[in-house]
Amino acid sequence: MTARTVLQQADINRALTRIAHEILESAKGGSDLVLLGIPTRGVVLAERLAAILRGIEPGLPVDVVGALDVTMYRDDLAHHPTRTPQPTSIPASGIDGRTVVLVDDVLYSGRTIRAALDAIGDLGRPCAVRLAVLVDRGHRELPIRADFVGKNLPSSTSERINVRLLETDGVEEVSIES
Amino acid sequence: MTAHLIRSATLVDGSRADLLVRDGVVVELGAGLSAAGATVIEADGLLALPGLVDLHTHLREPGGEASETVLTGSQAAAAGGFTAVNAMANSSPVADTAGVVEQVQALGELAGYVTVRPIGAVSKGLAGEQLSEIGAMATSRAKVRVFSDDGHCVSDALLMRRALEYIKGFDGVLAQHAQDPRLTIGAQMNEGALSAELGLAGWPAVAEESIIARDVLLAEHVGARLHICHLSTAGSVEVVRWAKARGIAVTAEVTPHHLLLTEQLIAGGAPAPLDGAYDARFKVNPPLRREEDVLALRAALADGTIDIVATDHAPHTAEAKQCEWAAAANGMVGLETALPVVHQTMVETGLLDWVGVARVLSSEPARIGRVEGHGHAIAAGAPAEFTLYDPAARRDFGTAQLAGKSINSPYLGRSLPGRIVATFHGRPTVLDGAVLAPELVSGS
Amino acid sequence: MRHLLSTKQLSREEAIRILDVAEDMSDTQQRAVKKLPTLRGKTVVNLFFEDSTRTRISFEAAAKRLSADVINFAAKGSSVSKGESLKDTAQTLAAIGADGVVIRHSASGAPAVLAGSGWIDAGVVNAGDGTHEHPTQALLDAFTMRRRLHGAGSRGRDLDGVHVVIVGDIVHSRVARSNLWLLRTLGAEVTFVAPPTLLPSAVGAWPATVRYDLDEALAEQPDVVMMLRIQSERMHEAFFPNPREYSRQWGLSAERWATLPGSALVMHPGPMIRGLEISDEAADSSQSTILEQVANGVAVRMAVLFLSMTGSEAANPTETEIA
Repeated sequence: MTARTVLQQADINRALTRIAHEILESAKGGSDLVLLGIPTRGVVLAERLAAILRGIEPGLPVDVVGALDVTMYRDDLAHHPTRTPQPTSIPASGIDGRTVVLVDDVLYSGRTIRAALDAIGDLGRPCAVRLAVLVDRGHRELPIRADFVGKNLPSSTSERINVRLLETDGVEEVSIES
Repeated sequence: MTAHLIRSATLVDGSRADLLVRDGVVVELGAGLSAAGATVIEADGLLALPGLVDLHTHLREPGGEASETVLTGSQAAAAGGFTAVNAMANSSPVADTAGVVEQVQALGELAGYVTVRPIGAVSKGLAGEQLSEIGAMATSRAKVRVFSDDGHCVSDALLMRRALEYIKGFDGVLAQHAQDPRLTIGAQMNEGALSAELGLAGWPAVAEESIIARDVLLAEHVGARLHICHLSTAGSVEVVRWAKARGIAVTAEVTPHHLLLTEQLIAGGAPAPLDGAYDARFKVNPPLRREEDVLALRAALADGTIDIVATDHAPHTAEAKQCEWAAAANGMVGLETALPVVHQTMVETGLLDWVGVARVLSSEPARIGRVEGHGHAIAAGAPAEFTLYDPAARRDFGTAQLAGKSINSPYLGRSLPGRIVATFHGRPTVLDGAVLAPELVSGS
Repeated sequence: MRHLLSTKQLSREEAIRILDVAEDMSDTQQRAVKKLPTLRGKTVVNLFFEDSTRTRISFEAAAKRLSADVINFAAKGSSVSKGESLKDTAQTLAAIGADGVVIRHSASGAPAVLAGSGWIDAGVVNAGDGTHEHPTQALLDAFTMRRRLHGAGSRGRDLDGVHVVIVGDIVHSRVARSNLWLLRTLGAEVTFVAPPTLLPSAVGAWPATVRYDLDEALAEQPDVVMMLRIQSERMHEAFFPNPREYSRQWGLSAERWATLPGSALVMHPGPMIRGLEISDEAADSSQSTILEQVANGVAVRMAVLFLSMTGSEAANPTETEIA
């Protein structure tokens, strides 16, 4: 097993800054944005994005970040050991009529995002749902694509992509293990 | 009948001997015997024990043939080295008349594997109200000497007194199942910390001890012979010891399972396949008790406070055991495993030698039950009632070693010592560890 | 966790995990859409050999909120009342295709026998067996205590140092037993209060303080007082002389309730006999958790069904999965 780093801390920060700008640009301002991170690292990334957005657009509403756990909506529960759900927290102002940006660290088969779309459907009716991911590694099994991508990392299915963030892992890097 | 020459068996006193058996009698006992035309059984390394006598067996016939019959129970007995069994009276109809006891005895003779001595009920229908036809049973062809309502306690003090007095007149002994019914309503297992934890209604030791205490005093007052069935608690041992010290004519029996197993097995942890919690193969009356009780019973058997081992062989159909605990029947089969369990719990621990084993499993049960022709030492001129046992063998006990109709044994999957190689009841009933076919044994 | 048969076998980690998952389930029950698709296509059988509308409805709601199909089997009037055995009933349900079985039975140990029997290949959840255990009741009681004590910060926490007094027919109560093991595992202190006739003779071996006097127990200012229902049939078996005397000695009267600290919880597994073991004042006070226990019951049972019926252990159970 050899691992090679493909993104360092500085690369990650630059990618997130660019994504934040892209989000603001496509939303034409941030007044109706909600960032929902998918636990665990998606939540960290969503909070970082929100901090960057506030730096760019000081008028951003206060409650713009939330967490969306999708365990109960997965279609593969029987194939893995029992998962413990993480908490879901939606901003008090809700998601109806707003633009929801789902935030996750890695986009792979697309099944997590499909589950997230089902979960959103039970929570309310946003006017639009977008997807921001730090890494897109290809191999989609469903017709799902990300609107904002930090880095495209084509990889083989035998390889493992590891995302480590300061808040959860103590170090900051994206690496490929083969 | 063919003759059999058993070569170089070890007798209970440790000496070696050859036995020549012809026409149901040990005609010669000595060294270097030979007999032309005799079938030879090489018994080097095997123990020759007097045929075992069980004072407490349930043969289920008449009425309960789904779980056992006199024939299959006799086969199980022979497989365990027994040559005589006393059949308890809780059949259907109850053995409370001369007719039923003579029928059971006749079935035993027809089967031919062991001498079946029927036990007569103390009370009519085991209802504990009126005396059964004790005199008729005693003077019948079955010559009943042991009377018991086993399964039920003779709880009414006045009836117990009258029964002791009346049975005395027929040289009988009253075998009491000591269980105060009012203290054991709905009882499922030994009362204690484990029963409270498992949520099973308790069967407190005092319900057994208080009845024994009352009955030994009644036996003293009346001057009658009393026998206590399946003693199960350390406290009961104390009461019997006290009574014997006073000279009261009381005898007591202990089952093999009470010498080995404790209530802990109900919580799980026995060897597979009995490893689950609430396995009803451990449900028995009186219930499995604590480790302290097991040790007290072993010591009492060694010092003679408890006189004999009796199996309380209680067959049940699979449905009666494969269900929730409360719905399961009480009882374990035990004829085939009695000798191995006594071997493991009493001989391997140094508490009893083989002379003692012959006493507790053969001579004393025969004496208490007045079973003629059994329990005597193996000697020239005596009837050929003996069993050959290999004490060096050891194996995991399985259903293949059960010879009766039912498989409710608590020892399945457990390693037990010894192997019964042959049993002689006049003629051979077991050879090479296998029960012989009925045609070869039948008394018809 | 394939089978949930008792709280005695739950480790501290397992217990906290169930309570934390129940927090998530509870949150979903506040939404407009209370249903989750997690157990879609699975069949849960409520195998109730003992009458119980409340617990059965709670399990039924829990299963349906997870999109499972529910089959209710009530023993009364069924083939069981005509003598069908547990084994045959189980095999019939297996043939119909049950993925999870919730069983309530009057015989202690029946769920354990079912789980170990091989008659049915489904997760088994004990909804109350004889006088042995009622694990989901204890879990919802612990969930309720945790919520009231720690509020939104309940996740990951235990009940360390919480003093719980349980009053009533302890010897016949599976709720008392399940609560004792779980509360101890979660670090709480437990006091049993009852007349000696209603305590197991071996209660001294249990990790609980025992008192015969309720006023003495309440003088210690416990955090929780849990009242158990008294069955008047016990009077005829000489457990106590009459309900009036029982109520006077061991009932949570208005006077006794008034001596409790304002923060103390008053709990009852239900159904209550008002005026016997608990007064109206106590039952209807703001300290009473009786109604929220019912609501929490659905969330806790959703968590239990989720953990029992999903995960690869559900497809490949091992001995160690039995709790």
